[in-house]
Amino acid sequence: MDIFVAQSLNALLYTADLFLIAGGLSLVFGVMRIVNLAHGNFFALGAFVMAWMVGRLAASVPPVFLLLLLPVAALAVAVVGMVIEPILLRPLYQRAEEYQLLLTFGLLLILEDVTRLIWGPTPLSASTLWSSFGSSSILGTDYPNYSLLVIAIGLVTAVLLWAFVYRTKFGVMLRATSQDRRMASALGINVGSVYVQAFALGCGMAGLAGAIIVPIQGAVLGMGVDALVLSFVVVVIGGLGSLEGALVGAFIVAVVRTLAITFFPELELAVLYLITALVLVTRPAGLFSRQ
Amino acid sequence: MPLLAAEGLEKHFGDTRAVDGVDLAIDEKRLVSLVGSNGAGKTTLVNLITGLVRPDGGRIFFQGRDVTALPVYERIRSGIARSFQIVNLFDGLTGLDNVRLAVFSREGKIGHAASLAEGDPEARAEALEVLGEFGLGDKWDVKAGGLAQGERKLLDVAVAYALRPKLILLDEPTSGVGTREKSSIMDRIESVVRSHGLSAVIVEHDMDVVFRYSDRIVMMHEGRVLAEGPPNQIIRDERVAAILGRR
Amino acid sequence: MNPPRHSSPGAASLISVGLLVAVLLAVPSVASSYQTILLSYGLIMAIAALALNLLLGYTGLLSFGHSAYFGAAAYAVALTVKYLRVSAMEAFLAGGLVAGGVIAALFGFVCVRYTRIFFSILTLALSQVLYSLALKFFWVTGGTDGIRVPTPSLLGGVIRVPEDKVVFLAHDYYYYVLIVFLLCAGLVWLIVHSPFGKSLQAIRDNEVRAEFVGIRVRRHRWIAFVISGMLTGVAGALWAPLNGLATPDVLYWPFSGELVFMTVLGGFHSFAGPIVGAVAFNYLKTYAVGRTEYWQLLLGVVLVVLVLVMPDGIVGTAARLARGLRRAG
Repeated sequence: MDIFVAQSLNALLYTADLFLIAGGLSLVFGVMRIVNLAHGNFFALGAFVMAWMVGRLAASVPPVFLLLLLPVAALAVAVVGMVIEPILLRPLYQRAEEYQLLLTFGLLLILEDVTRLIWGPTPLSASTLWSSFGSSSILGTDYPNYSLLVIAIGLVTAVLLWAFVYRTKFGVMLRATSQDRRMASALGINVGSVYVQAFALGCGMAGLAGAIIVPIQGAVLGMGVDALVLSFVVVVIGGLGSLEGALVGAFIVAVVRTLAITFFPELELAVLYLITALVLVTRPAGLFSRQ
Repeated sequence: MPLLAAEGLEKHFGDTRAVDGVDLAIDEKRLVSLVGSNGAGKTTLVNLITGLVRPDGGRIFFQGRDVTALPVYERIRSGIARSFQIVNLFDGLTGLDNVRLAVFSREGKIGHAASLAEGDPEARAEALEVLGEFGLGDKWDVKAGGLAQGERKLLDVAVAYALRPKLILLDEPTSGVGTREKSSIMDRIESVVRSHGLSAVIVEHDMDVVFRYSDRIVMMHEGRVLAEGPPNQIIRDERVAAILGRR
Repeated sequence: MNPPRHSSPGAASLISVGLLVAVLLAVPSVASSYQTILLSYGLIMAIAALALNLLLGYTGLLSFGHSAYFGAAAYAVALTVKYLRVSAMEAFLAGGLVAGGVIAALFGFVCVRYTRIFFSILTLALSQVLYSLALKFFWVTGGTDGIRVPTPSLLGGVIRVPEDKVVFLAHDYYYYVLIVFLLCAGLVWLIVHSPFGKSLQAIRDNEVRAEFVGIRVRRHRWIAFVISGMLTGVAGALWAPLNGLATPDVLYWPFSGELVFMTVLGGFHSFAGPIVGAVAFNYLKTYAVGRTEYWQLLLGVVLVVLVLVMPDGIVGTAARLARGLRRAG
């Protein structure tokens, strides 16, 4: 029973994190038709920025206030995205879509080394943040409070995002632009501005994902490159361009991974790819595709 | 037995009934024009016959054989070919290569990877001959993307023709070109079709063209066949006049 | 402006190819062992780049998962040595070809149902199955340490490894790589100029029309995918003994990115582009790694600039400049 509760909560934790990364990827694609191979690096950037800030301030600031650094890290990453889009991505919109994969791969190489340049080759830790919240007893099992917090953040973000995309004026513009760019432009929407903000939002989501998970798993070089593969699996299952798809896909991947880790470590990937293949066969563009 | 027979064809796109119960029979060696206002269902009908879309109802027979469920490449192989309203060519390849592909396909050589395309003089000669019939002989080495619009429209038809089909469907082969070019394009098409004994279904908006070249006219309106018959009969048909608003 | 005209390989091209081959044959006699071995790596990558470009330049499919076929071949070689105790290069090549081909047949079957971005994502995701397997089953694959690959005998044991391994690699093995490279390049050239090759280009240019010319688009794509996988497998099999080790990093997806980088660097619109790109990239990376710790940054910047400013790659840009000069002169 203990293991069941703990692992269920872990699955939710993992879902929250995967949703944020994959959701960011899907959002950017949905609006701009861009797949950013460096997306994982924004996740890593969020992790490193957060870990660095925590490392600097942990001694002088109470843990509760350190939590405020989470949105700061996300924002920092969003700003980086805001700078990159107009300079590197805008020239590619008129070109064949394969070029964006090439360019963002180049961006990945650059960001990998920039991360190393700034923070060095050794991993950064923010575990003090994780441990300073203690644990609660959930259904008789002890579970870290910080992890519960992450689950909550994931849930809240999902709801906020949904509200943002479906209930705000900007969300309407976002959806209009993703449906038909030229039409949106003809209606007076500043497509360029929508693109920059959408990209920043997507990167910010990835950055937040990195920031919230870093107290649990630390910031390691190469974590971004690793994270991208799973984001892709989530997006293939859930459908590229759909936030609901990212949520469902994240949940499926998280559950499979948690089950596998507990019971069949070797089969983890086999099951995951089997599911992917099943989804592709039955719903070729993913469960909730909007292609 | 007609070359092509369609019975009760239906195709819906959501609420729109693009093709709403069409019966059609095309005999051998006939040039049939398919006319009607925009949205009448002409292109959808062509798409159904050629296999680009599957019908929601009805059946299609070609040479007596039920082809309704056949994929595109099988229909091509049985003798149906088409050209496109918005020109569909292999822009990165030369005119010669475009036509030669059709020749290779017809001869079952399209999957041959161990021989050179240039190493087949018969295929090359045949492709050049087809190009010549369409007046494109001297443009054989120009990439399709670099040809003028009228030439592209002709090449589109030439590629379909090189498959040596029994039935060729042409979707607005003269659209997008000036009046003088229209006639010269249609002259060529008619000459090739008649001299080689093909049947052709031509979707056309220009009624001058239609009345001059057709053996039969089929008029569609809102997904159904409104009237069909030889040109002199159609001219006098009141329903047709009402739709066309003239003659 | 005149539309580009179709050009057939004339006497000039044959002479330049001949000269190039002569130069390549002369390398071990005039260059140091280090330079020769370096060029061997370049030629091996050129085979992989040619294979990748069969899909990219000629069929219009960008694969970001070719590390799977390269790496599968490398591990097939290593495992052949480890478990079958075979040490003949021909066995290695056969193993690599089969490994690459089988994996490509499997992955290709799923992937060719898709095009463009989704195709690329899928190739990347699937390729990582192998990467994780290599890490997970570490008792078989040696995990991150990899498996040692000893230097093989060539030509069915006729040429055996002498005491001095470096001399062997810089001479016998170099010629072997060169010959296999020339064979592979010739094979790809033949395929690309065959009716099948034309059908691939047709599929690239206009998938719908290709169907309407009677081409079975999905089947032809799959066949191209398998051929590409087999040739990449040959490259992987040649690489493993030269590297001395089969390691997971050639299964890791950034390596797929490097293969794409090479192809685009040379220019994916031409036949020779990938060859030039692979050799150039090999030198570029070696130079960068030797010069700075932040060589990824350097390569990344090169790629970004390449995409923004010189998307036709080295060969493509050179060809365009040559045409411009010819028109001006």
